[in-house]
Amino acid sequence: MNTVIGKKLKVATTSLAGCFGCHMSLLDIDERLFDLIELIEFDRSPLTDIKELGSCDIGIIEGGLCNAENVHVLREFRRQCKILIAIGACAINGGLPAQRNQLSLALILQEVYHTSVGLANGLIPNDPELPLPLAKVRALHEVVNIDYFIPGCPPSADTIWKALNDILGGREPELGHGLIQYD
Amino acid sequence: MTATPDPVAAAVAAAVEHYRGDPNYILQMLREIQEACDWITPEAIDGLQRALLLPRTKIEGVAGFYAHLYTRPHGRYRVLFSDNITDRMLGNLELLEYMCKQLWVERGKTSEEGLVSIDTASCTGMCDQGPALLVNNYAITHVTRQRVDEMCELIRNKVALADWPGEYFRVEDNVRRKDILLGSDCAPGAALRAALPRGPEALLQEIKASKLRGRGGAGFATGLKWEACRNAEGRAHYVVCNADEGEPGTFKDRVLLASYADLVFEGMTLCAFVIGAGRGMLYLRGEYRHLLDRLNAVLERRRRDHLLGANILGRPGFDFDIEIHLGAGAYICGEESALIESLEGKRGTPRNRPPFPVTHGYLDQPTVVNNVETFAASCLVAQGGGARYAGIGTAESTGTKILSVSGDCARPGLYEYAYGVSVGEVLAACGASEVQAVQVSGPSGVCLAAAEFGRRIAFEDVPTAGALMVFDHSRDMFEVARNFVHFFAHESCGFCTPCRVGTSLLRNLMDKLRNGHGSPYDFAEIERLNGILQSMSHCGLGHTACNPVLDTIAKFRPAYERRLQQKEFVPAFDLDWALEPARQMTGRDDAGAHFDTAPGEER
Amino acid sequence: MSGRFTIDGKIVAFTEGQTIIQAALAAGVYIPHLCYHPEFKPHGSCKLCTVKVDGRHTASCTMLAQADMVVESNTPALNDERRTLTQMLFVEGNHFCPSCEKSGDCKLQATAYELGMMSAHYDHFFPKRPVDASHPDVLLDFNRCILCSLCVRASRDVDRKNAFALCGRGIHTHLIVNAKSGRLADTDVTLQDKAVHVCPVGVFLRKDKGFNVPIGRRVFDLKPISAYVDASAAIEKE
Ligand SMILES: Cc1cc2nc3c(=O)[nH]c(=O)nc-3n(C[C@H](O)[C@H](O)[C@H](O)COP(=O)(O)O)c2cc1C
Ligand code: SF4
Ligand code: SF4
Ligand code: SF4
Ligand code: FES
Repeated sequence: MNTVIGKKLKVATTSLAGCFGCHMSLLDIDERLFDLIELIEFDRSPLTDIKELGSCDIGIIEGGLCNAENVHVLREFRRQCKILIAIGACAINGGLPAQRNQLSLALILQEVYHTSVGLANGLIPNDPELPLPLAKVRALHEVVNIDYFIPGCPPSADTIWKALNDILGGREPELGHGLIQYD
Repeated sequence: MTATPDPVAAAVAAAVEHYRGDPNYILQMLREIQEACDWITPEAIDGLQRALLLPRTKIEGVAGFYAHLYTRPHGRYRVLFSDNITDRMLGNLELLEYMCKQLWVERGKTSEEGLVSIDTASCTGMCDQGPALLVNNYAITHVTRQRVDEMCELIRNKVALADWPGEYFRVEDNVRRKDILLGSDCAPGAALRAALPRGPEALLQEIKASKLRGRGGAGFATGLKWEACRNAEGRAHYVVCNADEGEPGTFKDRVLLASYADLVFEGMTLCAFVIGAGRGMLYLRGEYRHLLDRLNAVLERRRRDHLLGANILGRPGFDFDIEIHLGAGAYICGEESALIESLEGKRGTPRNRPPFPVTHGYLDQPTVVNNVETFAASCLVAQGGGARYAGIGTAESTGTKILSVSGDCARPGLYEYAYGVSVGEVLAACGASEVQAVQVSGPSGVCLAAAEFGRRIAFEDVPTAGALMVFDHSRDMFEVARNFVHFFAHESCGFCTPCRVGTSLLRNLMDKLRNGHGSPYDFAEIERLNGILQSMSHCGLGHTACNPVLDTIAKFRPAYERRLQQKEFVPAFDLDWALEPARQMTGRDDAGAHFDTAPGEER
Repeated sequence: MSGRFTIDGKIVAFTEGQTIIQAALAAGVYIPHLCYHPEFKPHGSCKLCTVKVDGRHTASCTMLAQADMVVESNTPALNDERRTLTQMLFVEGNHFCPSCEKSGDCKLQATAYELGMMSAHYDHFFPKRPVDASHPDVLLDFNRCILCSLCVRASRDVDRKNAFALCGRGIHTHLIVNAKSGRLADTDVTLQDKAVHVCPVGVFLRKDKGFNVPIGRRVFDLKPISAYVDASAAIEKE
């Protein structure tokens, strides 16, 4: 990777309404992780267990926005990170969870907690500890400004590697055939 | 055995018979069926399908295109408030809300007993006598709270529209300034009598010498158009008069048709004489339904007077007649190729051009499409000669132009001036003061600020199809532009990607700014969209859809800056409101059930 | 009449009556397109094929080639505009490629790849477009319809059934089928119809063969769309 030698870049990652597939794919870059780790150090991330987000150079976010908690984390990332990258289909267009947008939230909650079999006429959980669901699942760029996108479900390790390379090198990511995939 | 009378079947049979079962008239049939049955029922479509041997997809596709045709019940009384900016300035939305309350109906929905629906419509061409509305396509002007009360009473009592007080439907001409056209004493037949003895070629030369240019907006030379059509080969040639007059703020064609119809029909007949047409069609916007019977009566009289029909004025072989087609709520049908599609009973989407209508128009035959005013003006040329006409106005814009003036002025109405008149002169004449801006030629035209009021109405300076809307200093020019952007989004025909999606994106951005969620990001987006609409769109609607925004940004920037309340990007939607359904379902209202959306919080 | 013109500096020959895109594709010059299909009368609605002819934007699928035209196509500015159009198409419908059977065989997706579309950029409209699963052999998923009218043209001009049409207007434009019930099962559409096979995206799905060819070995996995002279034929073979 050709980036400015010197201080390691601080990178934070998180998964919102996602499946951790993108994180798995990130780990899939295998031995190239060693190259990467020469250039960056991880801040808050499922990979590090650091819980508090500090000021970072890059934030990488997997998953879309399903609930209030997702939005809080996203905004915190936007505040702390110079560059924000949305990774994967869910972060980019809501993905699978967004298919619930065809139905009204009220209908879904009713169906899940009231009418469906198995739940003995349960109540819709209203514990203040729980984040409330949003009326619609949203893509990240609909709520904060996103600097870069890495599409895929999940993006392959090669795709992530190429995109990060370009971004760290200060270039607009150019994936090309085989690497740019939405599925 | 007597079958139970089925009103739908009867209406279908009547419509099919009226148009001799010709599937090209499907739009006219649908319109008449709706007039009889309040909406186009699935059974009506069955009937048409059987009678015309058309696929159902075709009939439904056409019915679904026009805003004022309904394939679902919309009530016995269908009320549409005109929603041009001039109606807004006169409080149309308050009146609409009020009416909804009185009749217990939600805007856009049909009342439970199927009695009434209330909604808005694009400008109905009554800007000088607004706020205006349509009930079952008939115009009612000067709507007040009292009139709404009375209408509600009539609707509740199910009084037939024909029995409503006649004064509701009075539409004024408001001719404020006449020049050669509105002041013409040309008797029916006079122009034809002047032209016929000299022959079609001589008349064409006069039209060319007059340097008459189209009054519908684009300003194409009328003589060249007629000549190209005359020279084009075809089975038949057609004359089409464009009376779709959909550009918000324009209503001069309505007055020409109400009080100068002979001039218009005579101009069409002159054109037929030049190009050798046997059939003419006048495409009248559906909002002018109130003119239909009167116009048909004029046509009937002209037939009796041998000004239409076979051997016009005794000239053997000069056979020409005119029929009227009504539109049904589609601004795009003013675009000439979309208009022709609509005449052919299709969805009104603009064709791929070339070829142009002069060679491949109605039924793919050579066709002249001209504006109402263009045809009327051609009578003056035929009567007084081309040279005389060319002496009026400016070098590149000969003759006169009728302006439809509305908005903040003491005397809205029609003003006819020789080309070259300054905007300031018109403003003075109509009694406008404290003027902040003037929108010339409607939303697709240009917005002028005070410093530009010295500019002249002419193709070489400020061209116009006729609208002139005046805004005084109390008006918010951002809201003016937002109204226009909503208009374009509503009227986009949906054929091409950039305009179909782009006009909606633009509308959403303007609404975002209105809601206080605007940031410099959104400004950049508006500029990008403008580029796409201008370069990629299929027709003039898309090309001009950004004009009102660009003009007002350039000239009234403070109106936008007030809206750019955010420095950083914020969502278009209200985040806190996005939790409302969940709050309602859980009954929660604690701090965690809300977003803190104080400005500056987000990035 | 025939002749030559240049496209991005390359000389292209054409014969009388050929459009710019026909001549270009025949000469191996790719111009992005979605509503164009070599077997049908051009429609000119998606605007992806927009090029600049002598400096002016025009749709290359409807514009006849003329001698000595100077055509620009593969320029950063035009590709930027085209990418915006694909983004518009993505937000207008509901395109969830990971769960779409057409993924890999889809011209919209492949064109977006070609143009380097990394996200849909705009806010998603998330329209409500229920699927029609009534037909025994064919599923209609309207969520992905880009209103190119190819199925309309195929059913009208080849199958002679008029089974499909566009209805509504503006952003509410949508596809309808030829049945009072509105259901595909109540039409005379069969698997043999051309209309069932021309869709450039994933609206028409054969019920029995969704994943016969695995992801990764599909038409545009093998080669980018720009490498196909006739991408329509390639996906219709599938
Ligand atoms: C979106 C759009 C709407 C139009 N609406 C009208 C109209 O309502 N009346 C009209 O005369 N011309 C309208 N035009 C212009 C016509 O396409 C055509 O140029 C005109 O009817 C020609 O007549 P003229 O040469 O007499 O002006 C419109 C054009 C566009 C692009
Ligand atoms: S620009 Fe708009 S109105 Fe014109 S064809 Fe395209 S969608 Fe229709
Ligand atoms: S139709 Fe194409 S673009 Fe749309 S979801 Fe399917 S594969 Fe993706
Ligand atoms: S279903 Fe497919 S072929 Fe038909 S209009 Fe939609 S995108 Fe085009
Ligand atoms: S391919 Fe030319 S407009 Fe669609």
